[in-house]
Amino acid sequence: MSFLQKWKSKLWLAGVLLGALFLGVGAYSGQLENMYRKAIMICLECIGIG
Amino acid sequence: MKALLRLSLSKIRLPFQIIYTIITNGYVFGFVQGKIYKGTLKYACVPGLNCYSCPGAVGSCPLGALQAALNQRNVKVPFAVLGFFFIFGSVFGRFVCGWLCPFGPVQDLLHKIPLFRKKKHLPFHGVLKYLKYVVLAGLVIIGSAFLFTGFAKVPAFCKYLCPSGMLFGAIPLVSMNGDLQSRIGGLFFWKLGILLVIILLSIKVYRPFCQYLCPLGAIYGWFNRFSLVQVKWEQDKCTSCMACKRACPVDLCPEEISVSAECIRCGKCVDACPHECIHLGKIRTIR
Repeated sequence: MSFLQKWKSKLWLAGVLLGALFLGVGAYSGQLENMYRKAIMICLECIGIG
Repeated sequence: MKALLRLSLSKIRLPFQIIYTIITNGYVFGFVQGKIYKGTLKYACVPGLNCYSCPGAVGSCPLGALQAALNQRNVKVPFAVLGFFFIFGSVFGRFVCGWLCPFGPVQDLLHKIPLFRKKKHLPFHGVLKYLKYVVLAGLVIIGSAFLFTGFAKVPAFCKYLCPSGMLFGAIPLVSMNGDLQSRIGGLFFWKLGILLVIILLSIKVYRPFCQYLCPLGAIYGWFNRFSLVQVKWEQDKCTSCMACKRACPVDLCPEEISVSAECIRCGKCVDACPHECIHLGKIRTIR
């Protein structure tokens, strides 16, 4: 397996690590709180009323 | 023993989708009382298009969360939602569409109804398949960041298009909640109309919403090339019999399957290949 193929086969892992980093930054800046606050209210737009 | 370890993907997919949908929408009290779940699990997104206003939903919809972040007065980079997208996308790619989205089995079941001559695509498929990227850019990103109703920004995709919100959120909630019933207006019937069109189209065409309109599919399609869950094609074993292309619900050739953004990892090509040269991860098929 060439270096390039080997690197490509591990790209998903880099994506997961980047995702974890983004999630950490988002959680640190309070974005998860905002997401939660929206998710526990009935979204009137989603149900075609708002 | 070896045969026992082998799996027929097309046989296990529908039961898997239904069980997954029941688990991620398992808050039964919500359906009984016409309310939604408010527990801490909603801090996390589920991978598929699962409206968080579904009475049973125990997680957040990633598209709803993305739009909520873009609806903030001062738009910032939505790191938390991007984090969920990168994690789910890098592991699963569009396997999410094929196996982990509650709106998928609805369209799959509708397509099994023995009415109309079945089609894999709509006419002008080559152009229409890019519509989901227009929906992603136009409604989800630009619409949610810049479209105002009065003084408030709106989640444009959820408000004007999302059929999943109508089916899993609006219909069960409104049918159980008298206060919401009294507030129904033109927008409700617009979305109901979209849902009915998609239901009717799904009977004839395979997953029209996923193929042409779903912005989540557009996002996860980008990850398909390098996600952990892959459909692998062994070119040296292939006899070009095209059994896989005939079985593929979106009509992909074997060389396209592993790299196409349209492949939802349904596994039908894996089951159809008579030479066992297509594999989904390490799972093998039984015939």
